[in-house]
Amino acid sequence: MARRERGSTAPALLLAILLTLLVVATVYVFVARLFPAPPPITSAALLVDRQNDVTLYVTGAIFVLAQLGLAFAVFRFRDRGQRARFSHGNALLEALWISLTLILFLGLGFLGRKAWADVRFTPADPGAVQIEVTTNQFVYNFRYPGPDGKFGRLDASLVNAPAGNPLGIDPNDPAGRDDIVVPTLTVPVDRPVELLLRSQDVIHNFFVRELRLQQDSVPGMVIPVHFTANRIGHYEIVCTQLCGLGHNKMHSMLNVVSESDYESFLRIQAAAQGLVQ
Amino acid sequence: MANSAFTESLPLGDGRSGNGGASSGNGGWGRESSGAAGVPQRAYTTGMMIALGGIMMFFLALVSAWVVRGGLASSNSQPLNVPRILWLNTAILLGSSFALLRSRRCLRAQQEDGFRHWWSVTAILGVMFLCGQVIAWRQLAAAGVFLATNPSSSFFYVFTAAHGLHLLGGIAALLAVAFRTTRRVPRTAAVGVVAIYWHAMDALWLFLFLFFMIVKWT
Amino acid sequence: MSVLRRVFSRDHKVIGLQYLFLSLVAVTIGIVLSLLMRFHLVWPMAHLPFVAGGIMAPEQYLALVTMHGTLMVFFVLTTAPQSAFGNYFLPIQIGAPDMAFPTLNMLSFWLTLAAFLCALAAFVVPGGAPISGWTAYPPLSGLGEVTGPGEGIGQTLWLVSVLIFCFASLLGSINFITTTIDMRAPGMTLMRMPLTVWAWFVTAILSLLALAVLLAGGILLLLDRSAGTSFFLPAGLVANGELQARAGGSPLLWQHLFWFFGHPEVYIAILPGMGVVSHVLANFSRKPVFGYRAMALALCAIGFMGFLVWGHHMFVSGMNPYSSLAFSALTLSIGVPSAIKTFNWLGTLWGGKIQFHTPMLFAIGFVSFFVSGGLSGIFLAQPALDTVLHATYYVVGHFHLVMGVASIFGIFCATYYWYPKMFGRQMDETLGKLHFWLTFVGVYCIFMPMHFVGIAGGIRRYADSSGAAYLAGLQPLHSFMTFAAFITSAAQLIFFYNFFRSLKKGARAAENPWSATTLEWITSSPPPHDNFGGHFPSVHRGPYEYSVPGAAQDFLPQHLAPQEAGRVSEEPQSGK
Repeated sequence: MARRERGSTAPALLLAILLTLLVVATVYVFVARLFPAPPPITSAALLVDRQNDVTLYVTGAIFVLAQLGLAFAVFRFRDRGQRARFSHGNALLEALWISLTLILFLGLGFLGRKAWADVRFTPADPGAVQIEVTTNQFVYNFRYPGPDGKFGRLDASLVNAPAGNPLGIDPNDPAGRDDIVVPTLTVPVDRPVELLLRSQDVIHNFFVRELRLQQDSVPGMVIPVHFTANRIGHYEIVCTQLCGLGHNKMHSMLNVVSESDYESFLRIQAAAQGLVQ
Repeated sequence: MANSAFTESLPLGDGRSGNGGASSGNGGWGRESSGAAGVPQRAYTTGMMIALGGIMMFFLALVSAWVVRGGLASSNSQPLNVPRILWLNTAILLGSSFALLRSRRCLRAQQEDGFRHWWSVTAILGVMFLCGQVIAWRQLAAAGVFLATNPSSSFFYVFTAAHGLHLLGGIAALLAVAFRTTRRVPRTAAVGVVAIYWHAMDALWLFLFLFFMIVKWT
Repeated sequence: MSVLRRVFSRDHKVIGLQYLFLSLVAVTIGIVLSLLMRFHLVWPMAHLPFVAGGIMAPEQYLALVTMHGTLMVFFVLTTAPQSAFGNYFLPIQIGAPDMAFPTLNMLSFWLTLAAFLCALAAFVVPGGAPISGWTAYPPLSGLGEVTGPGEGIGQTLWLVSVLIFCFASLLGSINFITTTIDMRAPGMTLMRMPLTVWAWFVTAILSLLALAVLLAGGILLLLDRSAGTSFFLPAGLVANGELQARAGGSPLLWQHLFWFFGHPEVYIAILPGMGVVSHVLANFSRKPVFGYRAMALALCAIGFMGFLVWGHHMFVSGMNPYSSLAFSALTLSIGVPSAIKTFNWLGTLWGGKIQFHTPMLFAIGFVSFFVSGGLSGIFLAQPALDTVLHATYYVVGHFHLVMGVASIFGIFCATYYWYPKMFGRQMDETLGKLHFWLTFVGVYCIFMPMHFVGIAGGIRRYADSSGAAYLAGLQPLHSFMTFAAFITSAAQLIFFYNFFRSLKKGARAAENPWSATTLEWITSSPPPHDNFGGHFPSVHRGPYEYSVPGAAQDFLPQHLAPQEAGRVSEEPQSGK
């Protein structure tokens, strides 16, 4: 039977080519790691990356198969005068496909549970360094409890940044006298750190790419997150929760330093606070 | 166009009837029982049930907000002293539902006077309920409890206002039926859907009232 | 007919067209806003002639972000696929003369228009449009001007617009659901409804339940802003140095209420498109839909499960981390019915006789975009991975692929497909195809790179990249996307030109230019007022009986009685 060309080869071919290009370009960008995230600096972050890679392989395979399958189908079955196959479907294939995707997708979730649980279900080590993070439009303030190891009481009515009390520390509370308040976050390497996130005005966020960790800071709540950094360095802290006109300027630094540098930091800050008070 | 598969009448519905041939049977919803051209009478009931689904979802959202809020520790949460007139209001609203049932029974028995009498009683009791709600608000205001005073008062005002507004809509519907302004919709259908709405608003009030009481007692 | 009666028509076809034109205006404004945003991201210090002060300020950028999202989500993606095409074609496809409640229908449109105008008004009031995003999280949106420009009357107008829109939507849903349940032609059982009707039906149920919740939450937010209540505002807030006298509210409560609406909302945006794509793929493959029953059930499953997954927008919000795993499992599960649909679309094409008319090209494009956008969602569905990607450009890329592209392709597909029926004219095929190719390549160029920006840590809703040092490295990607955005937007002018020119100059359309099987194709183009000129059809078979072995033609219209089907070849058919 003669197969008449019906002008469908050009669009079919073009679609197939474009879809193939899409697949090649996308896979290339991922495989060549053209725009990578910075290396992780905690073991928890490493777990996240591993789960990310597994997800990438699975979804990548489906992406390639589906897009190329689409490309093939539109080309192979373009109108060349043939008769279409009359079929309402195939229950077996349907059942197979449903089972496969269910297992794959839920399987991914199951595999990734530890990466979440380790960070969110387990509380910080009892001996973790506790640092309070207070966000407001558009700055971060980090408070250390000082030598007494206790945070002073806070009172919102005492908040007065221009006068040097941005957090509203109650001057009558002795525990607050040695509190250290600084604009950047300094932590010792290889020691568990617990951050207590608070916010004064609107919802903000604390995000460090290298930690693979972000958390909203919500007014009215104190939200703990913890990590153990294993690489000395300086890492950028950004706010990801829309908080007003200064949202994109809200920025700080995470300084992971050696144990001795950390001790010096605390000593210097304590002395500075003593001078101020 | 091949028209042996068409029919001149409008046997519209759930698609079950008529599977071949011309002018297939009307399937029970012929011209007399249809509303506006082509709209089967049961559509009005369906529409009202759907509308009530949306309304209930709205109140459910408010209720869950209240439950969540109630679970929060707060410096100013105090249980609300629900004004006692609410008991009377509830009884009045319940009474209005009975009046409505009575009026429908009269309509079915084709007692026009009885129907109109009890239909009016329903509307009047509805208005009395709303007046009672306003009195309750004034009592609260006199005691210094306003919308923004504390979480419980906020929710109380929101719930009673939202319910009251819906009931006002119900009263407007009662009046519309009484004064025959719904000409496109046949009266039996209109009476039917207004009754469903009214009873639903009554049930909703009972639920909300119970909720206020439970929150107060626990 | 008097002008007033024409303007305030209760005819579902007129109302559908009114919604369509409303969404065309909204999408034009939305695209302009996005071009301003993309321009600013590459040239933040450029002097713009119409900006007070010359250089766009960050709050102006954020106002663009907020209004772009609001206009697109509400007035384009919720309006065009459902209110425009659904209103026009649902009654016809089920063989009904109109919707169940025509007056209510008319009211729905005018309320939607009022909501639209109210939203636009936010641009011109003192302080300008709000800056809290289309998600309007309190306390940023709940305290008034003290949190930023645009948070005064601008935010209030925005909120009022949303509340009116919710109400209009609820009225519309009542119509869609009642009409589908009670006004189907004889013989049109549920399992013989076109998948477009299934999609509009499920979407209307979603609208009914979801918009009701947004209405409730929105009223509470309005009270917080204007009546001093504290539903969402906790005690001890110090905004702009001023202590706020609020107590005991929860910002998270807003998020729960909003996303309980917000997630079904995105399914409201895509489900009708899925229906149209199934419909069109079958038409132009000359094959029944592969697995019709599974497709219908998948629509229902996606709709139902859509209500159970809202927490995946809140993994880093401070919500209970245990809930996060539950939401994650449910979100991953919703990938299953979505995969069923994708698989079945491929199955519909497989073994077909594919004809590449413009609507078919857009339908095929939809499948590609849905695959891409859906798969990127698998990352976001896992909280551990979302912790890295939340609020980055990865999310922006994901939702634009599924909503801003796939859903839009559904709208284009529907427009090209049903234009002959609505206007009695054909759109120009060459221009249509050109529009498709440019747009298909263009949108992939705009939105694929967003994923890479996000993975590298590019944060969304940032007016520019000056705040963090590492963002500088991502600027080349931004430049590329902006370039692609301008070209792709220009390509849309082809569509507009084609659309409006063809209204008067297009070739006259026959009754059934696509040789299709469903009921809208048995009546004139455009249809008469009661849709069928008094000859209402009965239905005798399913909606996609293409290439039935033994039949004289490769399509069997739904309305043909069995004894007529054999005689089809003897009747002069108005076909291709």
